[in-house]
Amino acid sequence: MKLAEVLATKGTGVACIAADAPVSAAIAELAARNIGALVALDAAGAVAGILSERDIVRALAAGRPLDRLAVADLMTPGVICGRLDDDLEAVLAAMTDGHFRHLPVVDGSTLVGLVTTADLAQALLRSLAGRLVTLELRLEAEIDESGVGR
Amino acid sequence: MTAAAPLRVAVIGSGPAAMYTVEHLLAASANLSIDVFERLFAPYGLVRYGVAPDHQKIKGVTRAFEPLLHDPRVRLFAAVDVGRDLALDDLARRCHAVVAAAGARADRRMGVPGEDLPGSLPATAFVAWYNGHPDFTGLAIDLQRESAVVVGVGNVAIDVARILVLTPDELRRTDMPAYAIEALEASRIREVHILGRRGPAQAAFTAPELKELTTLAGAALRIDPAEAALDPASAAEVERSPDRTLARKVQLIQEIAAAPVPCRPRTIHLRFCVSPLELLPGPDGAVAAVRAVRNRLVASPAGGIAAEPTGEEETILAGLVFRSVGYRGLPIPGLPFDERLGVIPNRAGRVIDPASGAPLPGRYVAGWLKRGPTGVIGTNKPDAAETVRCLLEDADAGCLPAPADPDPASVEALLRARGVQWLDCSDWQRIDELERAAGAREGRPRVKFTSLAAVLEALGRAAPAP
Ligand SMILES: Cc1cc2nc3c(=O)[nH]c(=O)nc-3n(C[C@H](O)[C@H](O)[C@H](O)COP(=O)(O)OP(=O)(O)OC[C@H]3O[C@@H](n4cnc5c(N)ncnc54)[C@H](O)[C@@H]3O)c2cc1C
Repeated sequence: MKLAEVLATKGTGVACIAADAPVSAAIAELAARNIGALVALDAAGAVAGILSERDIVRALAAGRPLDRLAVADLMTPGVICGRLDDDLEAVLAAMTDGHFRHLPVVDGSTLVGLVTTADLAQALLRSLAGRLVTLELRLEAEIDESGVGR
Repeated sequence: MTAAAPLRVAVIGSGPAAMYTVEHLLAASANLSIDVFERLFAPYGLVRYGVAPDHQKIKGVTRAFEPLLHDPRVRLFAAVDVGRDLALDDLARRCHAVVAAAGARADRRMGVPGEDLPGSLPATAFVAWYNGHPDFTGLAIDLQRESAVVVGVGNVAIDVARILVLTPDELRRTDMPAYAIEALEASRIREVHILGRRGPAQAAFTAPELKELTTLAGAALRIDPAEAALDPASAAEVERSPDRTLARKVQLIQEIAAAPVPCRPRTIHLRFCVSPLELLPGPDGAVAAVRAVRNRLVASPAGGIAAEPTGEEETILAGLVFRSVGYRGLPIPGLPFDERLGVIPNRAGRVIDPASGAPLPGRYVAGWLKRGPTGVIGTNKPDAAETVRCLLEDADAGCLPAPADPDPASVEALLRARGVQWLDCSDWQRIDELERAAGAREGRPRVKFTSLAAVLEALGRAAPAP
């Protein structure tokens, strides 16, 4: 299964914010949308980094002056991006190993979505459930044919 | 107290996604009325027109779907195309909710020069042709060529390769239409090359389908041991995957590569890390060869493994080229469409406005048109369950628009007024019986009708005015 399939049922659009926007604007956006991360874009609209709720918690714990900081000061820069035809399982393994929960997805250089480890795990679960249903159907067909239980 | 009016639901399509949608709806609520609209005269979508005709046991899953169509709360309107015969608005006027489960019947392109030469065709078309799909019975396919290339390594590619090398005896046990059996019996194809862009660990086919290629009466499977070997990144991927079927599949590929190749009249070559660059024409203008490049595998930034051309080229003789690089959904007039993903934009099955992301009340999607063309028949069950959950939540929350004309009889009235000749469930039952009876006479599972005109004649109905 590819990342494209995960994005297909997530709805379009990615929550983005300008890298030079104030952190307060990012916090308002996270709260309003009830999400855990924003993709930070540079002036050219390219992915500059990811600002997650963890980055904010960490800054709070360190006593940094949030009201005077910009998104770029807290975000994780140089993020890895996934591609539409990357395989779900390999990506999920890499995200688990690398301890990152959000992955922007690009098509060429266009940002087309953001997936989380939870999205990927759920998609994987659905795919496995589907295989199980198919196996059961086939088993039932075999039983019908062989007359077992009649 | 008057009983509440039933929830009216229209389902577009009658493939697995539609049937599981119906199943989940029926299980959840007694007070509803479902209309299933299918553009072809026969239901079940790709189970009838995609699943290989030599895999009758898989086609047999329709047994689980049949009782749903016979439920008194369900009506089948077959030979009714939503978009051509009825508009989405016609359904929305009559139903609280519309579920689009119309599948993905267009094909993806390879994007290489020569793709449109005669002799180069989408696997979708060939599959539909050998399954007797009424839109594809006239497909021009020249089986007098000696070599064919199938681009792609999913189960559909494996199906296409296998069907090309079945023996007359194997062909006659299927429900393929007579025209396909005759053409394939007379086929001169000797070599079939299946080309995978990446390596054995990334191939999408499943182990049983591959194994079947080693059991064919008329063809041997050949895999180059060098191509079956894993690069370190792929080996690591297999190692850490919790899905043990992946390791099993790779092991099977390597076992086949290492074993002696039996002597059979035809050969299937399963190739890895090879991509087509260009299809080359012969003197008659039809495709004669594929210029291909060998790939090396590189880790992609997010953990995937991607193919990168090495520059080392080869030419594979091929009088037929089938591209099996994926299916694509087609838009339904009146619903938004995501061109990039080839699906109807949705969140968990609720159709959304692509600009605002807001759900469109009363509009839902399930199956391949919702998540893209991947997964097996059963994948559509949890998929449809999710869509139905959203629909019923919205119904409970009072978010479904009230239809102007909820009387079920108004659907028939409209179709009649438009001169649409539709078939219902008892018609389908009759067609099914006739097909099976014709099959029994030939010792085959069934002999399919391949045109609406023939169906109408067999049912003693007049064909609709053209
Ligand atoms: C070649 C091939 C072989 C396969 N083999 C297997 C297999 O062996 N085992 C397995 O488990 N899975 C197999 N699959 C996968 C399986 O067929 C799919 O998962 C499943 O059919 C998808 O279900 P669906 O309902 O979304 O689409 P479909 O099955 O395509 O159903 C869509 C239905 O909607 C109808 N429709 C389309 N447009 C309209 C319209 N405008 N108005 C009314 N009706 C419309 C179509 O005619 C069709 O009947 C195979 C797929 C292919 C392509």
